[in-house]
Amino acid sequence: MQYSGFKVIKEALTGHKGWKPAWRDPEPQSNYDIVIIGGGGHGLATAHYLAKIYGEKKIAVLEKGWIGGGNVGRNTTIVRSNYLLDGNEPFYEMSLKLWEGLEQDLNYNAMISQRGIMNLIHSDAQRDAFVRRGNAMMLNGADAEYLDLDQIKKEYPFLNFDDARFPIKGGLAQRRGGTVRHDAVAWGYARSADSHGVDIIQNCEVTGFRIENGKCLGVETSRGYIGASKVGCAVAGSSGRLMAKANMRLPIESHVLQAFVSEGLKPVLPGVITFGAGHFYVSQSDKGGLVFGGDLDGYNSYAQRGNLPVVEDVCEGGMAIMPMIGRARLLRMWGGIMDMSMDGSPIIDRTHIDGLYFNGGWCYGGFKATPASGMVFAHLLAKDEPHETATAYRFDRFKTGNMIDEKGMGNQPNLH
Amino acid sequence: MIINHPLLGPRDSAEFVYLGDASLIERPDPAAETALADFVDYAYMRENPAGSLRELWFHEAGDRSWLVVTRNTMTHEISDVQMARDVARKIGCSK
Repeated sequence: MQYSGFKVIKEALTGHKGWKPAWRDPEPQSNYDIVIIGGGGHGLATAHYLAKIYGEKKIAVLEKGWIGGGNVGRNTTIVRSNYLLDGNEPFYEMSLKLWEGLEQDLNYNAMISQRGIMNLIHSDAQRDAFVRRGNAMMLNGADAEYLDLDQIKKEYPFLNFDDARFPIKGGLAQRRGGTVRHDAVAWGYARSADSHGVDIIQNCEVTGFRIENGKCLGVETSRGYIGASKVGCAVAGSSGRLMAKANMRLPIESHVLQAFVSEGLKPVLPGVITFGAGHFYVSQSDKGGLVFGGDLDGYNSYAQRGNLPVVEDVCEGGMAIMPMIGRARLLRMWGGIMDMSMDGSPIIDRTHIDGLYFNGGWCYGGFKATPASGMVFAHLLAKDEPHETATAYRFDRFKTGNMIDEKGMGNQPNLH
Repeated sequence: MIINHPLLGPRDSAEFVYLGDASLIERPDPAAETALADFVDYAYMRENPAGSLRELWFHEAGDRSWLVVTRNTMTHEISDVQMARDVARKIGCSK
């Protein structure tokens, strides 16, 4: 069923009796060409591009709970491509371009809003670093704009410009960045993948891999054995747990990241802003809530909830740049589990087991990468070679020394 | 989280800095034939279990001692705290 304005009006006039479920609820078949583990944003996007772009047939997405119930439903919805390093920036810029065309591609309203993102600058050294970053972005075809103080005062008059410790000196803006309705991304990809024949199987937990002579033949699940020529894992947050079932250790630790949303307010914040001197970022949702977050709690966790010291730290960051946030009451806070990799960048690669492919290590930047992650993982699964924008995301980069360490923190996952 | 420090008693975890898996105490032998592979494994690969994990915490805002804390990553419950020094000596990694 094609969604359109005409369809909405027609259904409004005829009592909304013509809407059908957006995807089927099929029984798992005994065998597929490609099985994708993880019905989140990345897994569903992979299925969509495999079926639509790469023409693959017989694809299943296995999800242990309900689709979109993991990190794609728990993030702060920001999309951007403001990276510095060559291994990252072309990939994230491709992702932003895919976001720009996503709603037409999926025939689904994902409420993509290119309201712009601005990183605040608080010192001369930081200005040099951010201008360099802006130049790297432009070299890779992304947009970047240096804003001086007067421009920022015009757009964000309420910021704490003259703070004694961290005065605002300028900003690096990416106008094409913005926010997306995160649940709609999962649902839009699911609906499109389903319409191209992909079986989306919910409440189907993978309990093990069947591996013989170094080849993966299929997966054991809570709904029986499912054979597959190729198995792709896209379960970021649970990568450690899943890959342990294939006796793999990963260059990844799982950490908890908290996020917060205030009560609904009238429009006050036109775009996304980030604090350059601490770790704090904030945007306003279409419902009016201020959505914000900061650092990881900093210790390994699978608990999907964090502790109070980070709540205090995030709120201090908010008060430092945007004192009026202190007048808003907190509505909700929650935690999501991040695959924190050893260099802060993801891994999309074959494993040492034939027919088993891995996509993970997204740290806390997975949401913005959803379309590109799906595209390059689909490419890897279909062609058995990495996509040209993902050649750096290899398992062996830790051995060969080709780390992609945006923050320069080394092998300390809780600092990325 | 409250970490029950063996010398100082219960302390707020915010006083500590987290390093990660306590297997980092067991540094590989740099003279071994397989040293290169051993160190790649040591520096970059992790067990990352959902459940009980032995991990290193540094009491930065306190007595600056290293602790080995056994903590459940599903519940954040701490079941055991030892001085990292004692753990290292016991397995002969004290030099």
